[in-house]
Amino acid sequence: MGILSEYISFMLERQDQIMELTAQHIYLTFIAVIFAILVAVPLGIFITRFERAAGVVVGIANAVQALPSLALLGFLIPVLGIGSKPSIVMIFLYSLLPIIKNTYTGLANVDRAILEAGRGMGMTNWQLMRMVQLPLALPVIMAGIRISAVTAVGLTTIAALIGAGGLGQLIYRGISMVNNKMIITGAVPAMVLTLVVDYILNILERAVTPKGIKKSKR
Amino acid sequence: MIRFEGVIKRYGDTEVIKGIDLEIQKAEITILIGPSGCGKTTTLKMINRLIEPTDGRIFIDGRDIAQLDPIELRRNIGYVIQQIGLFPHMTVAENIGLVPFLKKWPKERITERVEELLELVGMSPREFMNRYPSELSGGQQQRVGVARALASDPEIILMDEPFSALDPITREQLQEELFNLQQGLHKTIVFVTHDIDEALKLGDRICIMKDGHVLQFDAPEVLLKNPAHGFVEEFIGKKRLLRAPELMKAEDVMIKDPVKAHPRRTLAQAVEIMKSRGVDSVLIVDEQNKLLGIATARDISESFDRKKRLEEIYAKNVISVRPDETLSNVMKIMAEENIGYVPVTKDNGELVGLITRSSLINVLGKRYFQKA
Repeated sequence: MGILSEYISFMLERQDQIMELTAQHIYLTFIAVIFAILVAVPLGIFITRFERAAGVVVGIANAVQALPSLALLGFLIPVLGIGSKPSIVMIFLYSLLPIIKNTYTGLANVDRAILEAGRGMGMTNWQLMRMVQLPLALPVIMAGIRISAVTAVGLTTIAALIGAGGLGQLIYRGISMVNNKMIITGAVPAMVLTLVVDYILNILERAVTPKGIKKSKR
Repeated sequence: MIRFEGVIKRYGDTEVIKGIDLEIQKAEITILIGPSGCGKTTTLKMINRLIEPTDGRIFIDGRDIAQLDPIELRRNIGYVIQQIGLFPHMTVAENIGLVPFLKKWPKERITERVEELLELVGMSPREFMNRYPSELSGGQQQRVGVARALASDPEIILMDEPFSALDPITREQLQEELFNLQQGLHKTIVFVTHDIDEALKLGDRICIMKDGHVLQFDAPEVLLKNPAHGFVEEFIGKKRLLRAPELMKAEDVMIKDPVKAHPRRTLAQAVEIMKSRGVDSVLIVDEQNKLLGIATARDISESFDRKKRLEEIYAKNVISVRPDETLSNVMKIMAEENIGYVPVTKDNGELVGLITRSSLINVLGKRYFQKA
């Protein structure tokens, strides 16, 4: 019997708990990232229209990103208390920047000649955005969402510190009990979760790449 | 059809269009041409209001376009730009059908129209409808571009250097096709180019622009015959003027560096000179490059002696013509005198060139070749 099987049996004993914490972990990440998408994509679209706002918005998102996550949690606790609420807000704030940035660059990099052709053919701004700019920028936007989501899975482990639950809980308990098995029991599923999220979003990213562009890249 | 009245466009302090008055005729191809920065593209884009004039008015069919809804206006004007203008994420059919789609045509009617247009530009609908632009050659892409501009059967089509990114052979092919297409469609086409060959090939009327001004707006024949401005002449190019044969001068067809020799040269040297240049005659000139006569290979071989000098044998009193002699006169002289060579000299006798039968054939042949 090696160390490996020891770990496995340790994990199997806590199967139910792991499943529950994983579900919680997914839930926290999911809610935060969905909100981030809902806010960041329109914000990214908005700043391509109002170039002057772009610097301010990206600057603020950058500053938030630069703030240590522990400190951010600290700031949020007096306002939102402990538990899942401040955690979701923290993850949400961290997820904004990559999505805003990628939405902005994706839209800004659409060939000007194509936009002019569209405008010259009588497309309204809204039609241009919906029928031309967004479809062409979607792969880049999706890449931003992927970065955010993968980061968010990692961040959610920190959320356990203020009682939000998730796989971080096992890790913290392991640390305080100096129990490596416990740490690994939390870390391995978190790692797997990160890889799975990355994998799924990668597939999604390719799926939204317009056919005509995929072929030209080959 | 399209009328510009005192149109001015300013960007800050720089005036790019300095008061243009133009009357573009219905069912004609009007070419806007000029060096880069002359304002030709700006002028074009003011027609579909992609650019708004700072001052002046533009009328289409007597209606001031500033009063029209720009979106509606653009949907009723075809627009073709350089090859990149196709939407890469849409199929050929979606690209062509875009304006009809925006105009909310029923689906079947759009499909029908797309097929019809693909046939019109010589592409098989079955084969191409569902392809993406990236799967087409440059020429095919631009054919789709033209088809897309024709989709809702607009009266007016604007083309902004549509063929400039294509290779020369494809370009000529598309120019030809556009010309043929126009014979059946009779659209009012405004076409921007910087290529004078393209302009002369396609234009019913050519508008030459420079620094925001219209220098001349005339039919190609008029431009060639009476360039109104030194710049116009320069822009069209001397060579182009040759195409009107009555305008050709001796200097336009002559060989500019004829084989020549000094009379003191020996016959042996003269033979060497002729051999090295691959000719059978040599013009005799003095130190001032004044024409003295001509020596042919036959003259030399008849009295060949290595030591003899050219001055002893060459033919004096050669008939020569002035550089500004018309081509028809030159040919008349050559026929009447039954000579194969006519040197071209200035009034003071200085040699400037030589017209031979083969140089004539070269120039005239090129003319017909280029026309074809």
